[in-house]
Amino acid sequence: MSEVVLEVKGVSKRFGGLQALSDVGIRIERGQVYGLIGPNGAGKTTFFNVITGLYTPDAGSFQLGGQPYKPTAVHEVARQGIARTFQNIRLFPEMTALENVMVGRHVRTHSGLVGALFRTAKFKAEEADIAARAHELLDYVGIRRLAEYKSRTLSYGDQRRLEIARALATEPKLIALDEPAAGMNATEKVVLRELIDRIRKDGRTILLIEHDVKLVMGLCDRLTVLDYGRQIAEGTPGEVQRNEKVIEAYLGAGHKTH
Amino acid sequence: MKNKFAVFLVCAVALVALPLFVQQFGQGWVRILATALLYTLLALGLNIIVGYAGLLDLGYVAFYAVGAYMYALLASPHLTETFPWIAAMFPKGLHMPIWVVVPLGAGLAALAGVLLGTPVLKLRGDYLAIVTLGFGEIIRVFMNNLEHPVNITNGPRGLDRIDPFTIFGVNFGKPLVVGGFSIASVTLYYWLFLALVVGSVVLCHRLELSRIGRAWMAIREDEIAAKAMGINTRNMKLLAFGMGATFGGVSGSMFAAFQGFVSPESFSLMESIMIVAMVVLGGMGYLPGVILGALLLSALPEVLRYVAGPLQHLTDGRLDASILRQLLIALAMIVIMLLRPRGLMPPPEHGKAAPSPATAK
Repeated sequence: MSEVVLEVKGVSKRFGGLQALSDVGIRIERGQVYGLIGPNGAGKTTFFNVITGLYTPDAGSFQLGGQPYKPTAVHEVARQGIARTFQNIRLFPEMTALENVMVGRHVRTHSGLVGALFRTAKFKAEEADIAARAHELLDYVGIRRLAEYKSRTLSYGDQRRLEIARALATEPKLIALDEPAAGMNATEKVVLRELIDRIRKDGRTILLIEHDVKLVMGLCDRLTVLDYGRQIAEGTPGEVQRNEKVIEAYLGAGHKTH
Repeated sequence: MKNKFAVFLVCAVALVALPLFVQQFGQGWVRILATALLYTLLALGLNIIVGYAGLLDLGYVAFYAVGAYMYALLASPHLTETFPWIAAMFPKGLHMPIWVVVPLGAGLAALAGVLLGTPVLKLRGDYLAIVTLGFGEIIRVFMNNLEHPVNITNGPRGLDRIDPFTIFGVNFGKPLVVGGFSIASVTLYYWLFLALVVGSVVLCHRLELSRIGRAWMAIREDEIAAKAMGINTRNMKLLAFGMGATFGGVSGSMFAAFQGFVSPESFSLMESIMIVAMVVLGGMGYLPGVILGALLLSALPEVLRYVAGPLQHLTDGRLDASILRQLLIALAMIVIMLLRPRGLMPPPEHGKAAPSPATAK
């Protein structure tokens, strides 16, 4: 149970005069939904970008699945097992939903130029496998019927789900969702919550960055609260909710919880 | 299925027989057809770079030039006449067979593609277009000036007396006589180019429906998301440049053999722009669109020649025919882009198996 998927220690990052992150560390165990919350500008996205290789941290050590992990090149991060979604959905708009998910299989497949040009038996078998897996994943997130539609024509909620399917296609050790509920209405949030719950039940590990406190508190097993680049609390939702600093920083001074 | 095959067969026979029919109206018409096919080949190559990978390359003609000069140098008397030591090595003159020169030209062009690709990896959109435009000009200027102190390209005078192709003992430079029926040299080239275009379409189609093709399109659609999906964008972009350039190199050596003469003039910026226009006008990233665009834009000037003549007559020769022709082409392009901004034949809205939206929900 206590198999550690991602362990990050002592991450600091400075942008000129702004200390965006100072000594932040998290430990995510297999099968957990780990939340990362904080007010605007707290450093959530910076931390996220450090983990996914977009920014190089000034200090910090990383371990992914027990192996030392160095997020340097962005495309290496996916290969090593962290898949992400984007806050402002980044699909491949002119490609069909199916093709979007098929791109996700890129890192786990190998056929090259020769296979493609000569249509070797190995290439065909791999293509069939890619398509089959992509269909399965579309089914899993509940948009199989939209497989052949261009992703830009999908509704907002469906695009979010397609992005999650695409991330799952890379067979990640950890799937990182950057504000998946942003811009969703109440009904869509319920559906999203069910989906995240299902992904967790299937043994996957999720890092969730979210603004919506209700969603985070309801879903996460553990969470970290950031404020001005510092980690002000860490623990189960119950513990965090009772933490004085969190109440002051995040929920507002003078706020009472019961 | 059977019906489809029959249609395919009829089209194939028609395309093969077309020059035999057209040559009755004069060989010039067959020449126009062959040139149109050559441009189609170029447009297919550029489509890999611009249409699939989304890298706007305005210097594509450089790869065409590399292939053309490669063939011209290795299959014309220029090198042996200029350098005695080469003449000593090849006492019968330098006449490399196409089985050596065409792959060599393709390889050299691919190398040029990768060389151009490396420094521009981080550039996108307009910036990329400007740098590639410069690259195209550099190659042309090189061809223009590489005659001092050592005469390699013969400068603006160009290289002439280039060998025509010889494939399986058939000399493409002379009419082929089969049982009393004479097949013109241009017709032979037409068939060769037709075969190449068909082969290229098959290869492009296969690339499109592969892991590599999808990676290219992902980069075109959203580079950051493509990286996050684990695509090594650097390698994939270089591969796109290399593949596209290969097509350019092969077309270049075809052009050199077909014309029998190359000079820097044939590889101007205008050519690059025309090829980009073919891809964009037809429908970027969609093979039928690209082919249509290439055929249309390469044939249109020739057809307009017959329209411009009478128009010039009407104005008592005050309007120059060539200017009028350019004017009409520009006008046609503006009208097409206004009416069909995504190209004459853009990719279909949905995938093959898509049900209509009404039944989907």
